[in-house]
Amino acid sequence: MESVLGRYRNLTILVGVLFLQVLGLAVQVKRTANAQSTRLIRVWTVGAITPFERLFIRAQDGAENLWHNYFFLRGVRAENRDLKEQIETMRLQQVRLSEDATQAHRLQSLLGFKEQFIEKTVAAQVIGSSGSDLSRSIYIDKGEDAGLKPDMAVITAAGIVGKVWIVYPSTALVLMINDQSSGVGALLDNGRLQGSLRGTPDGELLLDRVMSDEKIAPGDTVLSSGGDQIFPKGLPVGTVIKVSPGHEMFLSIKVKPAADLSRLEEVLVVTEKQEREPAVSDSGDRMRAADILAQRLPSVPDKPAVPAGTVPAAATSSSPSVTGSSGDNGLTVGAKPPVNSIQKQTTGNSPAGPVVAAAANHPAVDHSLPQPAPVAGLPVSGDALKKTVQKTPSTGSLSAVPKNPAGSNAASPANPAAKPPANTAPKTLNPAAKPPTTHSAPATPPSNPQPAATDDNPH
Amino acid sequence: MPITYTSGEQIEVYRFSIPVTVGVPLLALFLQAFLPRRIFSIFDLPLLVTIFFAMARRNPISGLFTGAAIGLAQDMLGPYPIGIYGIAKTVVGYGASSLGAKLDVENAGARFLVTLGFYLIHTAVYFGVARYMVNLTLNWSWSRGLLAGLANAVVGVALYYLLDKFKQRT
Repeated sequence: MESVLGRYRNLTILVGVLFLQVLGLAVQVKRTANAQSTRLIRVWTVGAITPFERLFIRAQDGAENLWHNYFFLRGVRAENRDLKEQIETMRLQQVRLSEDATQAHRLQSLLGFKEQFIEKTVAAQVIGSSGSDLSRSIYIDKGEDAGLKPDMAVITAAGIVGKVWIVYPSTALVLMINDQSSGVGALLDNGRLQGSLRGTPDGELLLDRVMSDEKIAPGDTVLSSGGDQIFPKGLPVGTVIKVSPGHEMFLSIKVKPAADLSRLEEVLVVTEKQEREPAVSDSGDRMRAADILAQRLPSVPDKPAVPAGTVPAAATSSSPSVTGSSGDNGLTVGAKPPVNSIQKQTTGNSPAGPVVAAAANHPAVDHSLPQPAPVAGLPVSGDALKKTVQKTPSTGSLSAVPKNPAGSNAASPANPAAKPPANTAPKTLNPAAKPPTTHSAPATPPSNPQPAATDDNPH
Repeated sequence: MPITYTSGEQIEVYRFSIPVTVGVPLLALFLQAFLPRRIFSIFDLPLLVTIFFAMARRNPISGLFTGAAIGLAQDMLGPYPIGIYGIAKTVVGYGASSLGAKLDVENAGARFLVTLGFYLIHTAVYFGVARYMVNLTLNWSWSRGLLAGLANAVVGVALYYLLDKFKQRT
């Protein structure tokens, strides 16, 4: 080695001097990306370290996959059978919950509330941590190239993880919610109390700013409130594990994170979220419960096209499944096209359209399935919604989805907060939204109360 | 303009007094900084001084340190991170002194070509560092680079004759 260095002494010194200058430059130069500047030396260090971490993680995953997916398959058949049964059960639940959600969205749109939706996520793999005991942060294998930006929410299926802190070209540093410099707007599901969740130097989570006279018990669920403008509202944050008196008049609430922050492998980065009023007739990605039911239940074949403008005829075209006429084979699945065409024909571009369409579709739901029972553990009365509305007026959003069971008269006259604004009332109380009386009515009157638009109508 | 290959024994190594070693680069930096940019921006006097000292001393280590020192000093006068000129002139200093140790660069023709070549190398290294490391927006132009290289080579040959007066035989 010495002889090599001696032989190439000049070259070695040149490389050394150049290296020192490059290092000096790297310390000075800051890479600016997305209004955030990072020293070049940090970018380089991360760039030099993370490929090895990535390689190691991939090798580890490969070995694990090989073992779990090819060798260790004991009990897989039984598990598969159980899972299939679970899927069937959950499908039924999904139908029920979708119906609840549809109604909740309708109510939210009546109230003019806005809700944040997760539009786009990027899946990323955890490839390492900051390597410091003082900070709770992780490196993920996606960065600026994948569209990541600072302050994007990082979540898992279990709950929120943290936010993107520093973005590098192909990696990103995520500050976890249990870091002491982290803060999350949180909401107690039971009681809808708002607070601020922060990490401690020990890596624990504390919920702050909750008055000491509030009743909070271990086991209560903590959700994101959306107030921090990073995490969309309603994502699981954790559960309360200990409540003790804090300083001044506040409680000190210890929270166990919903996501296992010490064993993260894959995470989702929310790259796009949108704030909009939930619309019942939103024909985007989400499927309405009525459509789901229409796809799964027997129905008659499509009827011949109805002349435009004949609202009653179009409205009745949704009722074949109401009357239960089986048509030729009785198993024609997919009544969605007629449903959509009904919407177009009956509602046009009117703002009351979604409500009208939903009202027109509802008999199909009510008669094809038994009345959806309220989801266990959720309140059934409209008072729940009232309470929610009163508790969270400032956030401008209403997480009424779990609070509002199907068929409940959530926007009842007893609940003034849930009433539609005066300017929207004429639209929602459009006669077209009423159950058809002068036109061809469903053969069997609906056994289920009509949706909010019609229930709201005192006339 | 012959460039003759010479053995180590045939090449004379020069040294300079401390005032010249310090004063000439400082003067070059001063002129570079204070001469009207509109007219003299094409010239790089510190580079010419670096090449001269490197070729005269014919010691790569001395050459690279001379280049590094002059380059870093030039960086300090500018608004950009320190080290861009430093790196470029270190490379030039090392290259020029290595070349000076192997070739006879005493005649005008050789000096002209060496200066032109190292000007282009200097510009390329500067461009690479400034563009890809510091993220400065620069555009490479061969025509401008060649023209500036020729101009610097002409001035360099004249300057070297002037600076030859300060050479001291070892």
